[in-house]
Amino acid sequence: MSAPLGSRERVLAKVRAALADVPRGEDPGDAPVPRDYARTHRQGPALDLLVDRLEDYRAQVRRVRGAELPAAVAEALERRGAARVAVPGDAPGEWFSRSGAEVLRDAPWEDRVLSVSELDAVDGAVTGCAVAVAETGTIILDTGEHQGRRALTLVPDYHLCVVRARQVVDGVPEAVERLDPVLPQTWISGPSATSDIELERVEGVHGPRTLEVLLVE
Amino acid sequence: MRIALFVTCVNDTLYPGTGRAVVRLLERLGHEVVFSEDQTCCGQMHYNSGYRRDAQRLAVRFLRTFEGADAVVAPSGSCAAMIRDNYPRLGEDGSRLQRAAAELAPRVYDLSELLVDVLGVTDVGAYFPHTVTYHPTCHGLRMLRLGDRPYRLLRAVRGLSLVDLPGAAECCGFGGTFAVKNPDVSAAMGSDKARNAASTGAEVLCAVDNSCLMHIGGTLSRERAGMRVVHLAEILASTEREPALA
Amino acid sequence: MSSATFVGMPAFPDAARGATGNAQLRHNLRKATHTIRGKRGEVVEELDDWAGLREAGRAVKDRTLRHLDHYLERLEEAVTAAGGTVHWASDADEARAIVTRLVHATGEREVVKVKSMATQEIELNNALEQEGITAYETDLAELIVQLGDDLPSHFLVPAIHRNRAEIGRIFRERMGAWGVPAPEGLGDDPRELAEAARRHLRQKFLETRVAVSGANFAVADTGSMVVLESEGNGRMCLTLPETLISVVGIEKLVPSWSDLEVFMQLLPRSSTGERMNPYSTVWTGVTPGDGPQEFHLVLLDNGRTDTLADRVGRQALRCIRCSACLNICPVYERTGGHAYGSVYPGPIGAILTPQLQGMQGPVEKALPFASTLCGACYDVCPVAIDIPEVLVHLRERAVEGKRPGPEKTAMAAAEWVLDDPRRMHLAQRAASSLRGAVPRRLPGPGAAWTDTRDLPDIPERPFRDWWREHARGGEEQR
Repeated sequence: MSAPLGSRERVLAKVRAALADVPRGEDPGDAPVPRDYARTHRQGPALDLLVDRLEDYRAQVRRVRGAELPAAVAEALERRGAARVAVPGDAPGEWFSRSGAEVLRDAPWEDRVLSVSELDAVDGAVTGCAVAVAETGTIILDTGEHQGRRALTLVPDYHLCVVRARQVVDGVPEAVERLDPVLPQTWISGPSATSDIELERVEGVHGPRTLEVLLVE
Repeated sequence: MRIALFVTCVNDTLYPGTGRAVVRLLERLGHEVVFSEDQTCCGQMHYNSGYRRDAQRLAVRFLRTFEGADAVVAPSGSCAAMIRDNYPRLGEDGSRLQRAAAELAPRVYDLSELLVDVLGVTDVGAYFPHTVTYHPTCHGLRMLRLGDRPYRLLRAVRGLSLVDLPGAAECCGFGGTFAVKNPDVSAAMGSDKARNAASTGAEVLCAVDNSCLMHIGGTLSRERAGMRVVHLAEILASTEREPALA
Repeated sequence: MSSATFVGMPAFPDAARGATGNAQLRHNLRKATHTIRGKRGEVVEELDDWAGLREAGRAVKDRTLRHLDHYLERLEEAVTAAGGTVHWASDADEARAIVTRLVHATGEREVVKVKSMATQEIELNNALEQEGITAYETDLAELIVQLGDDLPSHFLVPAIHRNRAEIGRIFRERMGAWGVPAPEGLGDDPRELAEAARRHLRQKFLETRVAVSGANFAVADTGSMVVLESEGNGRMCLTLPETLISVVGIEKLVPSWSDLEVFMQLLPRSSTGERMNPYSTVWTGVTPGDGPQEFHLVLLDNGRTDTLADRVGRQALRCIRCSACLNICPVYERTGGHAYGSVYPGPIGAILTPQLQGMQGPVEKALPFASTLCGACYDVCPVAIDIPEVLVHLRERAVEGKRPGPEKTAMAAAEWVLDDPRRMHLAQRAASSLRGAVPRRLPGPGAAWTDTRDLPDIPERPFRDWWREHARGGEEQR
């Protein structure tokens, strides 16, 4: 499974020939990169900002205290009419302690993998997240704690996401710093949308058409 | 102050009234204007059309003509931008052309810059009892970054009523040889600009560049829009005794 | 060879004539470009450090390009270490052959595709079709183009030239031929149209085992690939299939993970005018138990090294395909993307296509002249590509390769006249003598001006004649 013989060398040789004007001995790090930009734009208190931005994308957001989370999950699922939900194998049982919904756990490491058609048949997915960016209204999942595989939050039409206050950062640079690039990531800013028709944003195409966020303070 | 006038080839040949207005205005403000008859053209058309060597020859002539001037005023935004932005990269690195360009370029001004920044005036004592809308031109807006200077000058003119031009930031579609190489797009842009200008109800469309005004004015005239185009210099030179519009 | 230009397209001025005369197209383009300009303006205004981000973006890309060989080798190493396979393609032919071979090896006859400029550039879909493989475009706008048997006209919104009514018609008439037909009685409401696209593609996403994508960024240090999108079609293609093949231009690299903090701010705001696009996917090689278990990265040259060799023109390789320059361009607004005759339209296309393709053909030669040099593109470019500078540079290359003709003769004559004040004065006098004798409509090449614009009146005498009199203290007269 390799490229036609010599293509790699041919491309690299052409790159080097094209860069004949770059002084020999110049290190990549010698090319200056000014970093005169802000780590955060201080546009307001992070949690308020996150809520504002998410609502701007027409996501549904509710702020709750830790102890209220099980009731909030139950209430959200009931309102949605979600009777069967897919969740990551490590999702805390407490989240669902007040809900009557059937909880299907996806735990590949225990050989309990929900197939694509099973995921397509559930009424929604409930997960946590890795980081949330207030300024841009972005929730980032990296398959870490309480997040599960990427397919879990992709195939079902409804995603209920639990975001904890300590996971919220102001700006993109802080989020990038917290993330481990080795892990697969999904950056989510609102429900699936398109601007392909006359450049007007319309929510709801292939990804979950409803995103609901429980922000735990 | 002694100010060297670079009238530009287009103004010299087709719009001498703009050159006369600059002279009258600056002399009225108590400054000395000098005009070297060695001057011809900045080379903008050749440069923009890909004729670099021709542009270099014209740049050398320009730099020789204006060498040592305290201040050079060009009543054409695009020519001023050509000299300031493009001359320094017209010569090879370390060439005489490049050195001479870097030396002179900072002292080359558009008329509004000369008045506001160098001479420190916004009220030049002009009188122009007409409704005017201002087209900022691409070079004025994005290369010279003239900002609010022309507007401040116009607002200080007695009798003048200034109205906003919709879509002001957009190019008029002249673009030098673009106007004839891509006549359909040029005409479509010119027609939109003319329509925006006419929609203001102003009597006069003003700009700092007669090339753009030739294109927009030619379109307005063909469309019988009944709107005049007048260079900023002519409005600022205008007085009760010597009005710009007879 | 390479194929970034559309076959059989006329050169820009001729193609533009048809486009400017098409009222429906003009209306669609005007509405769409003005909408997106406004949105971009608002979200860029919101960041007080935009200039700093832009400068950092420029500098990161320049660093990458100055040491591209180093970063390509790092990327290859990192992707390989993470379980991916790296392939190198010198040109479009090689890239098509690699992808075709990889798909054949899976035994599949269908692939789902995420919108990708690189695969459009190499005309991958046609090559796959000839090998009996059907490629399904899944981005809504690409779907519109594919179903309508049309050509893309914009990076971000390839069907920007179509309005909702036209899209509704294409869906009703053509969806059935490609799979799930449009629902009975489908109207023109964008929500309905998006819903129809969802139903049309749903089973394809859930069942297709091979996906083809591009990438917005490839991180050399870590081997991570990044794809930004809106609809979730990207996530579907990048997550559910067993095999993923990504065709990525060699200029898409950034040195390190932390560089994304710059580009994940610059790109969404410049592109869709959003603070962040709805979805982005990041993956590094293969992750056991999550996503495709086979990953192939095809690194594409196809003229990029030729572009890199041009010291002025190479800045075009900084481009992150945001399309802000298309949206702001007054020329693009009037002609649309097809007039540029290339998958890369607009101002960036006018400097990219001639460099990737070479400047032999009439389409490529005309492109550097498809601009008024108004500079709006440079202002909005998030990586500060001085597009007017490169346009002028490419015009010089076009003129160098030009045989003597009327334009060269006229330019040389003009320079001869203008390089001597006496000759210029004689010419001015000659012009003044024609005063009143110039017809309202000129014949020959002059008609390009006078067809739509009146000529200025020639003055009685040039400025310098007045000056002589004025300097002598003579009577001032008009």
